[in-house]
Formats: sequence, structure tokens, C-alpha cells
Amino acid sequence: MCFEKLSTMALLSLPRNRRCSFGALLSSRTIPLKRYWSESDDTSKEIRNQVRERGQCWEIYYEDFGASTVLQQQLNLEQLKTIGRELAMGSQGGWGLSKEYLDLVKSIGEARSKAEEDRIVLHEIETLKRRITEPDVPKRKMKEFIIRLVYIEMLGHDASFGYIHAVKMTHDDSLLLKRTGYLAVTLFLNEDHELIMLIVNTIQKDLKSDNYLVVCAALTAVCKLINEETIPAVLPQVVELLGHGKEAVRKKAVMALHRFHQRAPPAVAHLVSSFRKKLCDNDPGVMGASLCPLYDLVSADPSSLKDLIISFVSILKQVAEHRLPKSYDYHNMPAPFIQIRLLKILALLGSGDKHASENMYTVLSDIFRKCDSSSNIGNSILYECVCCVSSIYPNSKLLEAAAEVTSRFLKGESHNLKYMGIDALGRLIKINPDIAEEHQLAVIDCLEGGRCREEFMGTKLIAKDADPDDTLKRKTFELLYKMTKSSNVEVIVDRMIDYMISITDNHYKTEIASRCVELAEQFAPSNQWFIQTMNKVFEHAGDLVNVKVAHNLMRLIAEGFGEDDEGADSQLRSSAVESYLRIIGEPKLPSLFLQVICWVLGEYGTADGKFSASYIAGKLCDVAEAYSNDNAVKAYAVTAIMKVFAFEIAAGRRIELLPECQSLIDELSASHSTDLQQRAYEMQAILELDVHAVECIMPMDASCEDIEVDKSLSFLNSYVQQSMENGAQPYIPEHERSGMFNIGSFRSEDHRETSSHALKFEAYELPKPSVAPKSLPVPHSSSTELVPVPEPTYVQEVHQAASLPPVSDAGAAELKLRLEGVQKKWGRPTYSSPSPSASSSSSSSQKPVNGVTHQNGLGNLSSQSRDTSYNSKKSQVDPEKQKLAASLFGGSSSKTEKRPSSSHKTPKPSSSSTIDKSHGTTAKVPNADPASQKASQPPPPDLLDLGESTVSESIPAPDPFKQLEGLMESGQVSSNDNHTAATTNPIDLMGLYSNTPTTGSSGNILDLAAANTGDMNLLSEFSNPVSKNTETRSTSTALPPTKKGPNPQDSLEKDAVARQVGVTPSGKNPNLFRDLFG
Amino acid sequence: MIRAVMVMNTQGKPRLAKFYHYLPPEKQQELIRSVFAVLSNRPDNVSDFVEADSIFGPDSRLVYKHYATLYFVFVFDSSENELAMLDLIQVFVETLDKCFKNVCELDIVFNFTKIHTVLDEIVFGGQVLETSSSEVMKAVEEIARLEKASNAITLVPKSVSSWQTR
Repeated sequence: MCFEKLSTMALLSLPRNRRCSFGALLSSRTIPLKRYWSESDDTSKEIRNQVRERGQCWEIYYEDFGASTVLQQQLNLEQLKTIGRELAMGSQGGWGLSKEYLDLVKSIGEARSKAEEDRIVLHEIETLKRRITEPDVPKRKMKEFIIRLVYIEMLGHDASFGYIHAVKMTHDDSLLLKRTGYLAVTLFLNEDHELIMLIVNTIQKDLKSDNYLVVCAALTAVCKLINEETIPAVLPQVVELLGHGKEAVRKKAVMALHRFHQRAPPAVAHLVSSFRKKLCDNDPGVMGASLCPLYDLVSADPSSLKDLIISFVSILKQVAEHRLPKSYDYHNMPAPFIQIRLLKILALLGSGDKHASENMYTVLSDIFRKCDSSSNIGNSILYECVCCVSSIYPNSKLLEAAAEVTSRFLKGESHNLKYMGIDALGRLIKINPDIAEEHQLAVIDCLEGGRCREEFMGTKLIAKDADPDDTLKRKTFELLYKMTKSSNVEVIVDRMIDYMISITDNHYKTEIASRCVELAEQFAPSNQWFIQTMNKVFEHAGDLVNVKVAHNLMRLIAEGFGEDDEGADSQLRSSAVESYLRIIGEPKLPSLFLQVICWVLGEYGTADGKFSASYIAGKLCDVAEAYSNDNAVKAYAVTAIMKVFAFEIAAGRRIELLPECQSLIDELSASHSTDLQQRAYEMQAILELDVHAVECIMPMDASCEDIEVDKSLSFLNSYVQQSMENGAQPYIPEHERSGMFNIGSFRSEDHRETSSHALKFEAYELPKPSVAPKSLPVPHSSSTELVPVPEPTYVQEVHQAASLPPVSDAGAAELKLRLEGVQKKWGRPTYSSPSPSASSSSSSSQKPVNGVTHQNGLGNLSSQSRDTSYNSKKSQVDPEKQKLAASLFGGSSSKTEKRPSSSHKTPKPSSSSTIDKSHGTTAKVPNADPASQKASQPPPPDLLDLGESTVSESIPAPDPFKQLEGLMESGQVSSNDNHTAATTNPIDLMGLYSNTPTTGSSGNILDLAAANTGDMNLLSEFSNPVSKNTETRSTSTALPPTKKGPNPQDSLEKDAVARQVGVTPSGKNPNLFRDLFG
Repeated sequence: MIRAVMVMNTQGKPRLAKFYHYLPPEKQQELIRSVFAVLSNRPDNVSDFVEADSIFGPDSRLVYKHYATLYFVFVFDSSENELAMLDLIQVFVETLDKCFKNVCELDIVFNFTKIHTVLDEIVFGGQVLETSSSEVMKAVEEIARLEKASNAITLVPKSVSSWQTR
């Protein structure tokens, strides 16, 4: 027929989902769905396709030629009929609905664009808003309004203005209206909605109604609308309904109770016996319904229902033997859903229980034998049997039967069956891995996407290879994943990677990438292969791969494969280096991959002597240049360059800085990113050191070395002793100090200059380092005098408040305000603590005995922070200490670095070590540099103990402003020396953060984090790879934004309010804190 | 349990959306859109199953069936059987067909309250309630009959009286 040819052409040239004119659409919408199914799958597909092509062709034809006469000729009788019907609907208001409603639906259907549809709906909303509130709306009208509201909401628009009317409608006596009301309410409201309270009463009443349909409607609503709190209100009535005369009601009551169980198990815990009782209900439907809660109970705790196994088995037997009334049959299959549910329950009950399983064997083999495998539903039962057999205690005969069913599935034409077959195979191979072998071809077939398919309708419409079935493919990969052994890992992973490259779905890409990584790590036949595989994964899915994976890779390269074979390890490394040098030039590599590359090149690039330092450095410079907007990559690159040169220096070779390196350093030292700046300065500093110092700070290949930390700070004992003798006060732990105390000292320091209107806490000046030694006793005692507010939360709030600029200052430039706030935040941990240990430590005369390392850590931390203007307070990095530290223990400083990570519950040394090394090495710089020492301040214990909040709290601080000034002046000058491990910063912060919340000082930490937002990237970038840390990191990264946003205004407002109420801002603001914290 | 039932046409317009856990309307729309995006890209001859983890969160599968201009979509978790769900869709559509005599998209558009009624008789609170379409039909007809009766008794007099008072 010429029409068909035409349509074929049109079909080929048109996108699949092209919009057609409404006329065409309408008529296609009247195609009876019935034509799309029939008993047998094949014919149904054929018919389906025929009809579909017809419909589409017809639409297209209609649209393209607009010739209705031609069209009419093509219409078969049925289509004419349906069009007539449609016209009839439109004109006479078909289903008893008003013309308005029909017009609405129709015009929305006719809308040609989303915008047009929105316009229509918005107009409708306006109309409804107006009319629904009119007095005396007839009920029938109101019902229609409600239905229109539901319709609108289904289209994605807000109909909340009408919720209350839907609620009102549930109160109506008329069944029709009540049901409409309940329908609308269940669609509109969630169980925590405030309007629910208005419905509970109605529901209670309706549950007692003598009209069983009202009861059913109420039960439907109960399922959706009752939450934990309201369960008790309706529970008695629902339980009563278990004995209702109508089986439909009993059934629904059981399911409503099941729902309660899902929502709040304790609330219905006493009803388990009723569920059991309902299993013996006269009506099979009710029995079937009771299987749902029983299934949940079994999956929660199989042992509790073991005694029911016999009952389940006998029920299953009876059902399978067609003992139920005919009305429970579905496609000649007796009560299939009940069978499936029972099989699922049995699978759980029999798992690992030989005795229990033995009871099931007979019935299972019966089902295998009898079940009709030609129908869909029969297959679903068979599949369920396979699952059951693979879950219970194995029985060889049953396994055989299961394997046979599985192979039938796999050989089937239908993709659905293949899917089930693959899934079943995946279950069976757990018991018997050999089963998979005979199905190799079928599996491969599923992977390839099947053969070319025949087209229907005689004409070959689309002659192309069958589209691969994505779902099937994924399922197959899942199977392969389970099947992977070291013998087939190469093939499977290669396949997976190919597939990964071909798909665009990020979610699945991520999953499959991580599976590749996992398999590769587990089964890698050779190092070479492993690295190549990882390279591929990173190259194509680098941005999707978990950061952990990258860290793992670095660790693996650093540690080798665990054998004590140094040769193999170094071979692995050099092959990694080579492959990276090859890849590095490719454009558009994912950031994470580049980071790995940079790290490896920095660490091992020159290790085997094949490549010269300047060659590697040049490559790294290229990377930094090419990805100039990716700070993380740049940071990795510059650190890597530093390492490369450091190794050169340590090896006694002269280094020549390439011009591009020099320009990179110059560029970075003026960077906006404090981290980059710091790294650049560190590098410059390190390049000027002598051989010995460099060797100490940057030992070759030490990334895996464990770093020990002296947690008790015993090395400080003599120092503390000395200070005490000199009159310093002993340290008072956080919990012994009152919250007020902190506030006091804090305010006095920060606000002294800026604001005078607040309470003056002059008395607390003590903690200022310079003053400290003299005024020691004051702060503590006085603090107690103030209203003590012991709860930790309070303290936090206070800090929050304090960090705000005073209201009077509000007029000042915002930038400035914020800066102040931040500074305070930064300062807090330090100066808020007046403890003597602080004061003592701040003195430049300090002489750490054994704990030099820690002091280094301190120095690093503070020095790094100084890059940022925000951080500037801390930046007076106690150069004295640095010097001290450096001279005392040059190389060991890396221990400090390790510290933070270890403070989170002793991580596995190996996992953290890789990263630590990078930090560690950088961190060493300052120690070795004696020149940078100056007199001042931040006490070492502080930094040391960032990990432990208590300690950090207690640290005294130098006057922040002074420090700031100092920074401004000297910062640039001395920066070379002082800029140290920026990397440490994030980590330390993390450690700090992670620990503090427990001690109640999290507010403080938050502040830090916020102040550090500029460095957030870093945080995530460098935060320790230890698994523990991931958690921490995510929280901390998440926090700052919340904080940043609302903070200034909100808190200002609250501050003001507080003032009005007559309270000092610093004292209150619990709300503020809560807001910030979410 | 069954998490959601959706009916949408081949243009991606929702015709029925029922979620057995509450979701805000915006989220529902988003889900419908993403489901449609997946379905419309699936070729004809493939399986009716989709792993929907990326849309509905972990442990969720999706089964759909394409009839004429409509997609029928059921979303559920691992406590249900995919093939059985496919048959449940069939039950649903067969019932609709009995309800409307050659059901087509327009019937569903204009009668979606009735569709909800039918669905509520098949799936209740996320669990399969009834799989026999004739049983469902009986229940639905009973509801229709009683609704009419209650209309006759209560609605008419009330509307008349309100009309009289005006």
C-alpha cells in the first residue's frame, strides 16, 4: 500500500518522540490499549507493533500533508468509531463532568509547549482559587474543583490552597464525596502535614461506619496518612476490623496494620500473634494479605517464625495443587502472588537451616514439575523457586531443576526471561560456580545485545541491529562481576571498561568504575595490567570515581603489592611513571587522575634515574599550566615539582630551575588561593636549604612510613614545669572551666578595639600572650564570678554571637565586618583559653625537650594559615619555635602531620600513609629553616593537639590584631620561610573538627571551617584518605555554606533582637546557633 | 513493596501518578521526568525492566509496559518479583479495559479518579491486594453503585435545599 511506504519513509526521517498535532494525538489516544496485548507474547508484540506503526504513520501522514480526505480514506472503521466517541465525549461532557473540566483537560492536551501548558494551568489555578472560596459552592461543583486540583497537582503545580477543602470533603456523609475527599487527601498530604489532625477524627469515625466502603476508604487513607504519633489513635479500630464480616475489609485491615508495622514496628509489636492468626483466615485473600507483614517479620528475624514453616509449606502445597477457588487463578495459575510471597518467605526461613529446608524440598520439586513455563506468571513462580532453592540448604536434585529452568530462561527469546535467567544464574553460581560454564554463550549473547531482529508487518522498517538492552547488559555485568576469578579478570574488566566508556549514565558509570577498580585490585594478574587498567578507568570516569580510589591507587603504588620484593615494587613504580608520562600529554584528563599522576611523578618520577628531574618538572609545569583553573591539580603539581627538586638536592645534585618552573612559582606565589601561594613559598624555601636539611624533610620514598605521635605530650613536661616555676598557672581542662569564661576572654580581646558598647570584660585580658605571665590568676577566678554557663552549647552560641560584628558597627563596610568576624572565629580557639600552659607556651623562651615534632606541627599550622588574610592571626608563626623545632628534630616533623589522622581512632597506618607523606614532606620545610624564627607565639600544644579539642581549646593566643599587623608587615618578607605545609591545614582542621563536636566546642570549629572556606577545596582535596575521614570531610565541607549564607544578616538581626530584649548579645543567641547549625 | 505507580503518555505527560511514600509534588515531577527520559530512550524489543537505582535510590526496580500511547510504570523494591509485576500491570490494564470497554488514553485522562479507585483495589498501601480483574471489577462496580445511591439519597436533597434557600 502506498500509504505504508510513505509512512515508512516518514518514520525513518522523524525523531521518535516528535510532537504531533493534537488531532493526530487525540485519535492515537483513542487506540484501545487492548489491542496491545494478547495471550501469547509473540503475537502480542506483532500486533503491538502493527498498531503502533499504524498509529504513528497515520499521525505523521496527517501532519505532513494535512489532507484530511486522504486521511479519512486510510482510517479503518474502528478508528472512525473512536473518533466519533471522542467527539461525543467532548460535546456532551462524557463522564458526567462539566464542560469546564473537559475544556481544561483538552486545552492542556492541545498545548504545544510546556510554557503554554503552564499558562493554562496557572490560569486555572487563579480560577479555582477564586471559585473554591466562594460561599455556597454546591457540593457536586466542589467535588469537581477538588478533582481539578488533583489534576493540577499531578501536572506539577502547587495546589496547596485547596488542601483544606479536600480535608473538608472527607467529612461529608455522601460516599461519593467522602471518597473523593479521601483520594485527594491521600494524594496531597503527607503523614506529617498539619492538616492531618483534622482528618484523624473523621478517620476514626469512618472506621466504625457500617458501610464497608466507607471503612475501606478510611483504611486506604490510614495507610497513607497515619504516622507514628497518630497510630495509637486508630489502632484499636483497625484491629477490630480484623474480625469484620467482609473479607475485603479484613484484607485491608491486615495491610493497614502491615503499614503500621513498616512505619513504627514497636507500635504494633503486640500484634504479631494476630498476623499469625490471620494466616488461618477462612478467606484465602486475607491469608494472602497476612503474608505481607509476615514476610517483613521474617526478613527482620527469621528465627521468630520458624515454627510456621510447616504451615507455610502446606499452604503453598494447597495453592499449587489448585485447591483454591477458581477466582484466585490468574491465567490458569493458582494465586500466583501468594505463591511468590510464600516462596520468598520460605527462602528466608530455610536459609542455612538444613532441617527447615528439608520440609520444603517436596513442595518445591512439585512446583518445578507442574509449573507452566509458557506463561509469564508461570515463569515468575519458577524464578522465585530458583531463588528459593539457591537460598535454602542445597539439595542436588532441586539445584538440577533450578539449573534447568535457568537455562530455559537464558535460551528464551524474550529479554525479560533472559534477564531473569541471568539473575537466577547469579544466584546459582554462588552454590555451584560450574553452572555458569554451560551458559557462557547465552551470557555473552546478553552482553552483545542479541541478533538482528526481523521487522514486522512484512515491510522491513528499521533495518538495524537490535538495540542492545541496557538493563540486560547491566544485569549481565553484575553476573560477570560475581563470576570474576583471577583467570578471567582481564577479559571481564576489559569488557566492563568498554561498556563504561560507552554509557553516559553517570550513576551507573560510577558504579561500574568502582567495580572495575575493585576487581582489578583483587585479581590483578600483573602490575603492568593493573596500572593500565586503572589508567583507563581514571581516564574515562576520573571525575566519577571516589576520591578514595585515587588514594588507594597512590597507596598501592607506594606500598607495592605487599610482597617484600623491593624490585617488583620499584618496577611497578617505574612502569607507572612511564605510563603516566605517556598519558600526561593527552588533553582533558579528569582532575583526579591528574592528581594521581602528579603525585606519582613527584614521588617516583626520578626514582629510577631514567628521567631527569628537569624533564619531569617540565611535564609537571605543563600540567599546571594546562589546567590552570583547577587549583587542586596545580597544588599537586607544584608539590610534586618541589619533591622532585628536593630529591635532587638531597642526592647532592645541583638543580636548575627551568624558566617555566620559575614563572609557575612566581604566578602561584601571587595566587588568590592561599594554598597555592603557600606551596609556592614552601617550594622556594626548600630550594634554598642545604642538602642535609632537605634530606631530613624530604626523605626518598617515605610515604609509607609510619609516624609516631606522642599523644601525651610528655616532652613538654619539663617545659611546663619550668613555666609553672616561673609563675604560670596550671592548665585547666575545658570542662572545668565555665563557658562564661571563654566568652569573657574572647570578648575582651576582640571587641576591645572595635566596640565599646558591649559588656566590658576587661578583667579577662589575661590570655593575651604578651600580658599573660603577669596577670595569670585573674582570668580564671573572675570567670567563675560571672554567671557561669556550663553547657557547652552555650559556649558555642556565644562564640557565634561574638564573632558577629557588633550592631553599632553594622554601618561599616561589609567586607571589613566580615573580616573581623572571621578573625574572631579564627582566634577563638586560641585566645579564649586563658590557661597557663598557653601563656607559658607562648613565650619565646620555650624549650621543648622531646616534643619538638609537635612544635613543628604547630609552626606549620600557624604559618600556613597566615597566607589568608583571614587566617592572619595565627600567622605569627612563632618562628622561634620553628627554629627550635627544626634544629631539634628536622626530619621527624613529618610525625606531626600524621597526627591528625591518627587522632581519628588509629587509622591503619598504611592507608593514611601515602597522603601523609606528601604532607609530611612539605611540612618539614620550616623546621629546617632556622632563619625564619622570630619571637612570638602560638603555643605548640595548640597545634599539636588540634586533634583533641580539649587541648586546643585551652590554647592561649597572641593578640590577634597585633599578629595581623605583624603579618602585614613581615608576612611578605618572611613569607618564604614561613609558608609551610598548607596541606596540613585542612587536615588539622578536619581532625579538629571531627573531634570537637563531642567536646561541645563545635561552634568554634565551624568558625574555623568557615574562615577557611577559601580553602574548602583543599579540605576536600587533601583531607586524609583514611576511610574514617571521608565522613568527617563530608560534614565539614557541607557546613561552611550553610554557615556562610545566612550568617551575617541573620545573626545581625538576632543580635539586634537580643539587644532589644535587653540581653547582651554575646550571652544569648541560642537560636542563632541552632539556625546556623541547621 | 510497590513504591510508585505511574501512567504517562508517550509525550511524557503524566496521566496518573501514585506514590506510596509521600513525595513533594516537585520531586514527583522530577521522577516522572527522569523515568520518561529513560523509557523513551529504550528501544522496542528489549526487556521491560529497568534498574532504577539512579532515579529512586538503592534497591529499586522499575517495570514498564507500553500500550498504544501510554507507558504503565511500576516501581518497587526487591521484595517483589519483576515478572509478577509485569503481570500486575496486565491486570491493571485489563481491569481498566473492562471498566471502560476498550479503554484508551482519553478514558484515563478524563476519569482519573476512577482509575485511582481501580488501582486502590489492586494495590493497597504498596502491597498487592487483588490480582483477579473480575474481582476488582466487582468491587469497583459495587463502589459505583453505592456512590450513586448515596448521591441519590444525600446529594440531591442537599443541593436542592441549598438551591431553595438561595
